[in-house]
Amino acid sequence: MELGQQFLQQMVNGISLGSIYALIALGYTMIYGIIKLINFAHGDIYMVGAYIGFFAITQAGLGIVPALLVSLVTTGLLGMLVEKLAYKPLRHAPRLSVLITAIGVSFFLEYTSMYFVSPTPRTFPQVMDNVAVNIGGLVINGQQMLILGITFVLMVILTYIVKFTNTGKAMRAASFDVETAQLMGINSDRIISITFCIGSALAAVAGVLVGIYYNSIDPLMGIMPGLKAFVAAVLGGIGILPGAVVGGIILGVVEALVSGFISSTFRDAAAFAILILVLLVRPTGIFGKNTKEKV
Amino acid sequence: MFFTKKSLRLLGVLAGAALAGTVLAGCGGQQAGSSDTIKIGANFEMTGNVANYGQATLDGLNLAIEEINAAGGINGKKLEVISADNKSEAAEAVNAATKLISDDNVKVIVGPAVTANVIAESQVATDAKIPVIAPDATSPDVTVENGQVKPFIFRSCFIDPQQGSVMAKFASENLKAKTAVVYVDNSSDYSKSLGKVFKEQFEKAGGQVVMEQAFLAKDQDFKATLTSIKTANADVLFVPAYYEEVGKIVKQARELGITSPILGTDGWDDSKVADIAGTEALNNTYFSTHYSDKDESVKPFIDAFTKKYGHAPNVFAALGYDAGKMLAEAIKNANSDDPEKIRDAIEGIKDLKVGTGIITMDAKTHNPIKQAVILQNKDGDRVMIAKIMPE
Repeated sequence: MELGQQFLQQMVNGISLGSIYALIALGYTMIYGIIKLINFAHGDIYMVGAYIGFFAITQAGLGIVPALLVSLVTTGLLGMLVEKLAYKPLRHAPRLSVLITAIGVSFFLEYTSMYFVSPTPRTFPQVMDNVAVNIGGLVINGQQMLILGITFVLMVILTYIVKFTNTGKAMRAASFDVETAQLMGINSDRIISITFCIGSALAAVAGVLVGIYYNSIDPLMGIMPGLKAFVAAVLGGIGILPGAVVGGIILGVVEALVSGFISSTFRDAAAFAILILVLLVRPTGIFGKNTKEKV
Repeated sequence: MFFTKKSLRLLGVLAGAALAGTVLAGCGGQQAGSSDTIKIGANFEMTGNVANYGQATLDGLNLAIEEINAAGGINGKKLEVISADNKSEAAEAVNAATKLISDDNVKVIVGPAVTANVIAESQVATDAKIPVIAPDATSPDVTVENGQVKPFIFRSCFIDPQQGSVMAKFASENLKAKTAVVYVDNSSDYSKSLGKVFKEQFEKAGGQVVMEQAFLAKDQDFKATLTSIKTANADVLFVPAYYEEVGKIVKQARELGITSPILGTDGWDDSKVADIAGTEALNNTYFSTHYSDKDESVKPFIDAFTKKYGHAPNVFAALGYDAGKMLAEAIKNANSDDPEKIRDAIEGIKDLKVGTGIITMDAKTHNPIKQAVILQNKDGDRVMIAKIMPE
């Protein structure tokens, strides 16, 4: 394999990984956009989604698409529940309190799951045949195509919801200013609830896809991807939906290139170096606008 | 945190002392009758987080001793196993050893199973001049400290690096490989030391390690690195790691179209590898381990074990059995129950046939020179294809 081809293969690897980051980052960014909360429990929601998908396939014997739907709906409801129980009572509390609560929720989800499903990693069942397309040495396998396809479809649906429905309009209004939106007759509690639901559902899909892609899930699997997705969201400009997608894919590609051409032991360092660089050079991210805060 | 640990240890010592008191009190009467038995201490993990390892090893040891006694014992004396539970903790391993030595008056100790516990015990045993045989501890520093061999500490299994040398030999002689890629887990000493030895031995045999790559335990995505490994186009890929990552690496390597043989070590010896990678991806992979249950010469042991315990032995039971046989041979050669003479006899063991193969003790390192078996994964089955002696 020559260098150019290797580069292309790394792009394929990176974009698949990046799509997963993008799906998780979307949830981060949507929630941040509306209530200015960095929901550190988001990575663990993704883990719960993976487990629900796992049990839907192994226990209920569902196929991949029904399992994805079950996981999407259940995890979406879990997201709403978390918001109701943990964040809603703190709506007018200082942001630091909510942030710390998010960390608490994260630990709660991790260790409760560990209690119920045991810390041993589970092997995800083989739900699809191993098909691979070989284009002149460039290998793209079925799971990578599945990830790319599902991510693309979800992006389209999400864009439609946000741009063309009343709920989406209300979400955008709430993200400008929750209180003013409320004065205009928008039920902001309901909008926040829906935002959590959609964000969590996207994370659940990412969880199931990761299970299918890597064949193995465990209760602490959400920590690293959660942090990486946070980096992706910041890189793209936190609060901005296309930013999360672009940020996720850039991060995935950078990781693949670093592991492929330097060493995989530097991969995580590279990801977090990006976070530091963005915060130093352009804290608003790629798509962020420099808005002056009016005092 | 420190406070709790300290107070726990204190509690352990107190409990140990209390226990010692009662046992000591009950011991005096038996002293006279003990001349026709030789006491062997068994310090094992019978409870706690690695209880499976300790219990299986002890089962194997008990079977070996039972067979020896049934055959008339050694020089007219019966062997008696006195077991002590170290609760899978290093501090408890020291307590258990102290109890076995000073209260039960054992002449030799077998165990514990895991490296850390053997290392914890070794000072007590050395001070009391009681030889120790560790049946399953594979880390090099169990028997060697700062380049000096510990005079009273032995083991009856091969050490980690020997598997690297075995696999290098297998790659160059059996697979006729000229080039190799070494892919290690950078967060594990086991993996790094195996990778290093493999490289040395493979290059000594005329091969060339064309690329070295590393990953970290718990990684999920290996594709990026495997893509660059693929470009190296080597004859074999050597991955000395544990089953969780091995399964993922093999799966992703095959998905990327790496068809060359993938080699590994006893960390692969778990059914999880096949669960994760799938049987098809696992074809054309080979790994070294302690024994194969399909090996004809191991059959008598497997049958005897299954008869006694009602289930097939695992690798730890086999190693416990080996330790028992090795110990019996040493006591026979020493022709005495004096611990120091037993020590000398263990050091002199040569070409002894035990359950899983033939061992010779290396007096310089106290590691036995012992063959490893190479298993091939083939359509969901494991086939033994070679037995190789390390260099």
